[in-house]
Formats: sequence, C-alpha cells, structure tokens
Amino acid sequence: MSGRVPEKYQSASEIADLVTTREISAVEILDRYLNQINEHEEDVHAFNLVTINEARAAAKETDRLIVEGEKPGPLAGVPVAIKDNLCTKGIPTTASSKILEGWKPPYDATVVKKLKEAGATIVGKTNLDEFAMGSSTENSAFGPTRNPHDLSCVPGGSSGGSAAAVAAGFAPIAIGSDTGGSIRQPAALCGVVGVKPTYGGVSRYGLLAFASSLDQVGPFATSVKDAAIVHEVIGGYDPLDSTSIKQASNSFVQVIDEGVNKLKVGIISELMGGIDGITHEVIEQTNKAVSALSDAGAQVEEVSLPAALYCLSAYYLIAPAEASSNLSRYDGVRYGLRVDGANLKEMNVNTRTEGFGDEVKRRIMLGTYALSAGYYDAYYGKALKVRRLLAENFADLYKDYDVLLSPTSPCTAFKLGAKVNDPMTMYVNDVCTIPSNLVGHPAISIPFGSGKDGMPIGVQILAPPMKESVMYQAARTLEQASQ
Amino acid sequence: MNQEIFKDDWELIVGLEVHVELATQTKLFCGCLNQFGSEPNTNVCPVCLGLPGSLPVVNETAVYFAMRLGRALRCSVNRSVFARKNYFYPDMPKDYQISQYDLPTNLDGYLELPTGESIGIERAHIEEDTGKTTHIGTSGRISGSDYSLVDYNRAGIPLIEIVSKPEIRTIEQAKAYVSELRGIILALEISDAKMEEGSIRVDANVSVREIGEDNLRTRCEIKNVNSLKSLGRAIEYEANRHISLYGNGESPKQETRHWDEDAGRTRSGRSKEDAEDYRYFTEPDLVPLNPSKEIITKIDQEMPELPSERRGKLANLNGVKLNDVALLVERNHDAFALDAIKGGGEPEQVVKHLVNNLSDGLGELTTEALAQLVQMENKSEITSTQAKKMLGELVLRGGIPSDLATELGFEAVSVKDLENLVDQLINEHTNEWERFCSGDTKVQGFFVGQVMKSTSGQADGKAINKILNERSTNK
Repeated sequence: MSGRVPEKYQSASEIADLVTTREISAVEILDRYLNQINEHEEDVHAFNLVTINEARAAAKETDRLIVEGEKPGPLAGVPVAIKDNLCTKGIPTTASSKILEGWKPPYDATVVKKLKEAGATIVGKTNLDEFAMGSSTENSAFGPTRNPHDLSCVPGGSSGGSAAAVAAGFAPIAIGSDTGGSIRQPAALCGVVGVKPTYGGVSRYGLLAFASSLDQVGPFATSVKDAAIVHEVIGGYDPLDSTSIKQASNSFVQVIDEGVNKLKVGIISELMGGIDGITHEVIEQTNKAVSALSDAGAQVEEVSLPAALYCLSAYYLIAPAEASSNLSRYDGVRYGLRVDGANLKEMNVNTRTEGFGDEVKRRIMLGTYALSAGYYDAYYGKALKVRRLLAENFADLYKDYDVLLSPTSPCTAFKLGAKVNDPMTMYVNDVCTIPSNLVGHPAISIPFGSGKDGMPIGVQILAPPMKESVMYQAARTLEQASQ
Repeated sequence: MNQEIFKDDWELIVGLEVHVELATQTKLFCGCLNQFGSEPNTNVCPVCLGLPGSLPVVNETAVYFAMRLGRALRCSVNRSVFARKNYFYPDMPKDYQISQYDLPTNLDGYLELPTGESIGIERAHIEEDTGKTTHIGTSGRISGSDYSLVDYNRAGIPLIEIVSKPEIRTIEQAKAYVSELRGIILALEISDAKMEEGSIRVDANVSVREIGEDNLRTRCEIKNVNSLKSLGRAIEYEANRHISLYGNGESPKQETRHWDEDAGRTRSGRSKEDAEDYRYFTEPDLVPLNPSKEIITKIDQEMPELPSERRGKLANLNGVKLNDVALLVERNHDAFALDAIKGGGEPEQVVKHLVNNLSDGLGELTTEALAQLVQMENKSEITSTQAKKMLGELVLRGGIPSDLATELGFEAVSVKDLENLVDQLINEHTNEWERFCSGDTKVQGFFVGQVMKSTSGQADGKAINKILNERSTNK
C-alpha cells in the first residue's frame, strides 16, 4: 500500500486468518492501515476522527486473546471504519453535524458491539453528509470527503467517508447506512462493494435515525465475500430493535460460490434508459454485466417495474417526513450544541438555526409540510400509496425472477461543487437505489468497469427480502467476470 | 343538573379524558424502573432519555394491562399501531410522544355508573408519559421563571388514556364516572390509581347547549384538575363561563384552559394562534400490536369481578339503597355484607351497619358476628344504641355478640316488663298522661326518660313509644 488507491487490496478474511494463526499481529495490521491513513487522509478526508489510541488498545487485546488461546472471532484484527452516525461508546458521534458538538454516546450501537465481539479493530468515525442527507458527502459540517480515484470528484454519499476509506486502503472494511442509496451509490462511485441488507436484517440500535422506516446499516468491502462475512457478523435479531427480523438467517458465505446457473435475472427497464442524466457508459457497463451473467448460465430478461417512476417523489416525502420528527430531539435542551436565547423557544430556534446545515433544514421543512394537517393526504398519504404499489410490483416480479439488476448510479463520480446548488439534480442520483429502501429489500453494488475518465462504475443486484444468499451469488459471479 | 346554576334551560355536555399510569415494573419502552418518588433522573437510560440512536421496545405487560382495561370497559380490542405526536417541549426527550392515533388498542365501549346509567367510551389507547418540569422562580410557570428543572424519571412511564364520548350531562355523573373508572382499575390491579400522586389525571372537555339543540357547541379542554371536588368545581365554572358568554352574544373559542384551584376559575392556556398541529404519523420504530383471539379470550376468562357486577349482587336485596351499595363496593365491604346476609342478617340492617358504623374498618368483626348482632337487634334483644356499642367492641376484640351482650349487661328489657313499667307511670302521672293523650307530644320524652331511668338506659326507646301509642289509642 502506498498509492492513494492501492493496486491490490488485502481481504478482511485473509487478515483475520493471518492474525488468528499469529503470522502477523493485529497491532502490525493496524499500523499498516494507520500508515496509509497518515499518508493520504489529509487529501481524502474520509474520517471525522481516527481513534488511534482506542484502536491500538483493541488490537493489543485481540493479540493477547489469541496468545492466550481464546477464539478471536471472524474479524480478528481487521480494521473497520465506522460511519459517524453510529454510536460508539465514549467516542464522539457527530453525524457530521454541528448540532451534536461534544456529544459522546454512553453506549455502542449493536453493530459496533458485534464487530468488537468479532475481533475487529475500530479505527475511526467516517465523514458523511450531515445526518446522512445527501449523495456527495459535501453536506458535512466538517468539510467534504474526496474521491480517492480523483480528488476533484465527490465520493458519493451519504456514506462517502466509509466508501472512500475502503477505496483508499484506510480500512479493509467500513460500515455505512443506506436510506436511499447511501451505501450503494458511494460504493459505486469509489469502486468498492457496498451492501444494503434487508430492512430488519441488521439492527438499527445505535444508528442516528434519518428516516427510520428506510434506514439500514450495511458493509463496505473490497470483495463480495468480505461484504458477506461482515454482513454475517453484524446481522441477526436484536431485541433492542423492534423492527429486527426474528428468523434472520445469516449464512451467505457458505453458498457464495454456487454461481448463477439457471437463475432468472430481470433487468429493470425503467432504470436503464429514460432516467435523467444516465450516461451512455453506465448503460454500456450494465449491459456487459447482463452478458456476464448470461454467460455464466443465468436466464436474463428485461422486465418492467412501473412504480419505479414515482419512487423518487415518494421517497422525498417519506424520508423528510420521518426526518422532521427524528431530528426534533436536537433542541439544545439535553446534549450537543446549545445557543442561548431570551426564552425557551428562542433557544430552541437559535440552536437549530446554527446547528443544522441547509440540506437538513430543507428536509425538515419539507417533511414538516408533508405531515401538516390539510396536506397529509395529498403528500405523505399519497407517498405511502406509491410505496404499497411498488411492493406489489416487486412481488409480482419475484414470482418469476430470482434477482433483478440495474445500474447503481446514473453516472460516475461528479466534480465537487457541481450539484450542490441544485438539490433536484443531486436527488436524481438516487433514482436506482431508492426503490429497494422503499420496500425494505436487500441490494448490493459491485464495481464493474469504469468510465472514459477512469472513474469506477457500479452495477446493482436487487433481491427479495431475506434472499441475500442468491444476491451474493449473483454479485460474486459479476465480480469474477470483472476481474 | 343543578337548577340554581344552569338557569335558562342550558344543558351541560362533558367528555372526559382520563390518563392512568400503569403499575408495571418497568417503563413502556425500556427496562427502567417505573417508580414514583425516586431521586430525580435516576430511573433513566438512553431510550427514555431519547438519546440519538436509541430505539423503543414495547413492554408486553403494559399492553396486556391496556387490553384488560379495554375488555373491562366492554371495548373491542383491535390490531393497533403506535403513532408519533410531534411537538416541542423540554420534558419530552424526543420532542415527540409515542402514542396511538387512528388505530388505538381499545375502541367503542361503555362504563356503567352505580345509578345504572352508562357512559360511552370512545377509545382507550396506550401512550408514554412525559418528564416532569419544575419552574424555578416567582411565577411558577415557564414564562417568567428563572430556570426550569426537568426530571425524566416519569418519561416513558406507560399510560392509558381513556376517552369518553361527550355523554356526561351532570357534574355528579362526571364524578361518578371517574370514581367508577377508578374502581375498575383497582379491581384489575393495573394502577394504584391515586389522583393526588398523579397516577390518575383527568381532563374535561366542557361545552353547553340549549336544551333541545342537537349539535355540539365549541368545547374547552380543562386541565390541571387534581381531585373529584376540583373536577366538579371546574366543570361548573367553565359551563357558567360559556353560558354568560353566549348571554352576551359572544361565544367561547376552542382552547385548552387550566383550572386554578385557589382562584376557583379556569384560565386560558395556549392561544389559538399557537394551536398545535401534532403531525401524527405511524411510529416507524415499532411494529403493530396484533392480539390473538386466544389472548382476548384469556383476558375475558380471567376478568376479576368488576364493581358493577359486585353492586348487582347487593342492589336487588330488600330495603338496600343504591348509594349504600356503591359505597360498600368502593370500601371493599360488599363481600362481607353478602356473607353476613347469607348468615341470616337482615340485608337492610347489615348494609346500614357497614355503611354507618363500620366506615373505619372491620377489625376483628366476623360475618357470623354481624349476622347474629342484626338478628338480636331485630328480636329487640338489644337496642340500636347497644348494637352500636357492641360493634365497636367486636371490631376491637372480636367475639360472639350474645356473650358480649351478657358481659356488658346488655340484657334487653322484655316487652312485658316494659308494659308494666309504662302502666305504672300512667297511674302515677295522670296529668301528664292526659296531656299526652290530647296530642301534646312534648310529654312523650318525659315517659321515655322515666322508663330509661328505671331500666338504667337498657330499654328500647322505640318499643316504649310503641306501648305509649297503643295505650293512648286503646284508652
């Protein structure tokens, strides 16, 4: 490792093997990644905070356990970067917002707890669009993250810090959250693998909520298999999350190499042509992915998902509506920023005026409006209908098809500043990823070639709820075809 | 309705919203203790403090309690959904309250008052309580206070809100509704139901209309009513305020008003301009509650005897008054009464003793003793004054009434002896006797007093009167 984008990534499973067999120590592994961070973080700005001391202590502890003959877990010594909207006990968690200034959670998110138990070394908290609202990581109160492939470009968002961290070799694994594509789109733009699990498959406990019915935590990795391994670690029923699925089956790695022979794959026609701003090269690469699956024995057909056309509109009502409520608690009373005022109401207003950025305010206003008396039926109510319609569309398709396929993002990484002044253009970036969130289905983005500018292109595989196994199988096939 | 107050043919319309704190071990959405009186902010955790990233998990016992109350109020128990009620206030950690909105757990029931009237129940839903704010400073209110302190121990305590239909027509009904509801809650053992500690809180929606009118007029919601007495006073004040507004050609505006106990009046809370839009929507962090038929059947089968059923057992007995029955049930003395009656006690007297002479408790008194005592009284073996004295002793140290009467020397004077005494007095006091016979009732006391004197107060006054009357009629 030394280049900003390493020529070859070391896989998490390999690291865990080496650390477990004591061929290399967890501390040595950590130091390698810290060196890479040291060298390039200033350019990339993937992190809000690198937790060097805590990471070193954790790595030492992993080594000690191994020396004492204890089982270190499947991620022994694997450095993991955590999106800064997941709670880490005693370590600042900011959601890249000024409003959480100085707040240190008294508890670990379930996902963080599970990673620690699996032997992972948490290396730091990654940058994001404030409260995960955005598609470029430019809406961070702490400055944008840059795409390691081209520093003049965005890494995508909102989990841009996590995607960039994995792409830049700062960590073999990162955790993100995906509300409308916030894992998959930056994964595509940064040339790494990103997974949005089935809603309820991974606990949301400790995830700072953006839109609770859409949010899902998932992994970034440099390979499909690594993503599946981490998914197995962080997934499963959590009694602290009421929306957590009880019968979560979590064995993806075991069947990952079973291929796609005889699998039926549908190409979502609505998400190919006709999308505003979709580039020719993205369509071309997606078609190549189709051929690759077909060559591997899958039966691929074009299918229609009519409700896909309304998803963006529905999403930008539902997500802001939930966000307007979820973000109410940042009122200056109990934690984080407080900007004084003459009375309680003024203090609330001053705190929120100063603490939230423009995009967050925009969505709070949108959501508040959509839920208001007299407007609820026309906006929020109608959006819920689209959601139900979409679920029916998907259910119909999954009667005949095992997985669906589409581009992840309509275009490759764009320049910093190119879309910040036009929210609608920015929102369109999520057009391919939003449908999965609205219905709670799993989806994965796999790097599949690149554009003329050399920037990565991602292809998305969508699967029915709790059918991640087949999703990983198809993704693994594409991964092999792209190498 | 009280005619002195509601003159000019106005009709009172009241609907009550009663909040009941459930006596679960833990809070509604987390494992913190549900405990009154702990040190401030000691029963708190990330969930009930609404810390970023925390999520609610519903307390199954609280839901079970809510469904039991629903069934006791003859509601249908339905698939229900939690909803967020959004508004900013420092005592609410998330700045929204998790409640239920269009799909509450319990719908459409009724509550039967001791009078036999029933009041419709619109819904009884589950929600979380807020924290408690104390405003420090001379005003005692948030505006003008120096600073405010918030205790989040109460935040997240499970509540049921029972919303009546606007079917209450008198102050007496309003009070009876609340005490009946309280009786049901106590029977179910789902809350300690102490109004003074705030585990039952009552808001009254008050409006008036002219008798004969069909539509409901503008209502005001009266909060801060801390006792049954204040409830009555607040309703009365508010109804009269409406009547006088209408009388002046004005009308009340729909608003929340606070009852000021010391001033004896209601005061405007929020002004109309600040009227809240709570922006209810389905709580995405929780899943719907879907009670099975089996659960509801089990609840029905395990339903304890409710006050109305208990009253029913006594109400039909000879000479027993409805008010007395209600009182006995409230005091939990109804089963005792039934046993004493079964043991041979005359219903009317058993109930009368329990209501009038045993309000401080039953002590060592047994149902057999009460039955025997009533029988002795009926046979005029003891007087009512003696019976009362004996009850006091029986409560203190127990025992058998016949033995006790002997011990106390309460041998009632026989009717024959009394007749002899009366005849002797008539002969000795012919003047007084003539006056008595000509209708001068003042001398009646003279004869009774003389008999009492010569029997050391052990004679039965009523029996003496009876003899006197017989003698004068047969003269």
